[in-house]
Amino acid sequence: MTLPTDEQILITREFDAPKHLVYKAWTTPELVKRWWHANRGEMTVAEIDLRVGGRWRYVMVADGGFKVAFHGEYREIVPNERLVSTEVYEAMPDAEALDTLMLADEDARTLMTLLVQHSSKEHRDAHIESGMEDGLQEALDLLEQVASSLR
Amino acid sequence: MIACMPRAATTADAFNAVAEPRRRQILDVLAGGERPVNDLVRALGLAQPQVSKHLRVLREVGAVDVRGEGRQRLYRLNGHALKPIHDWVKTYEQSWSERFDQLDVVLEELKKAEGASGGDE
Repeated sequence: MTLPTDEQILITREFDAPKHLVYKAWTTPELVKRWWHANRGEMTVAEIDLRVGGRWRYVMVADGGFKVAFHGEYREIVPNERLVSTEVYEAMPDAEALDTLMLADEDARTLMTLLVQHSSKEHRDAHIESGMEDGLQEALDLLEQVASSLR
Repeated sequence: MIACMPRAATTADAFNAVAEPRRRQILDVLAGGERPVNDLVRALGLAQPQVSKHLRVLREVGAVDVRGEGRQRLYRLNGHALKPIHDWVKTYEQSWSERFDQLDVVLEELKKAEGASGGDE
């Protein structure tokens, strides 16, 4: 995870599977329900209307009963290649982000890039829930330094 | 997609302490080693009362420690107090990482299923 600009979060990952399968796992409700929870709870809703202008909505009940819900709208769909959608955390409805998922072949593997574009730095920082007013990247660098000095 | 980590905001926690740019500057300077307050005043270009005010906030959350040596008061960084912030920001990254580990499991199954059905993709 990196913070390329003040409004962005960039996440990259490689998967040991061809990209059409990564795309399938990303866009099929019953499959999304199996990984999106990140072991933090159970997904009770995964609705995906995969067409431009179609909506998606995910709800997870975290361990402890806390409910988190997200929804958005698909803006651009290139099957197995690229998926652009808006994303709103329902507890912060004003902070809409634009997510761009890109999949690239690396032999039989897939390189995934997920770019989360916020409308403002404040929204991005709230997304990470850093609680910091500004200078998140600098603060992260500093904290990284501090943490490594603790090892 | 957000990792769910609600956090109660209080004025005297480490998160608030590092939210202020001047206080991060102080931490930066102290990351280089123990310093008397005069050094901090010089490095920040602020009046001493302001620096003292920031130091007080940092001391309240334990981010800096102070000791007297002769007539001088020496400040130093206490990284342990800042570790919760580091850990907490890391949980965002970690939740994606755990998500992807789950996705790996799903992908293995999809690959097997495709192989079994003789898929040619």
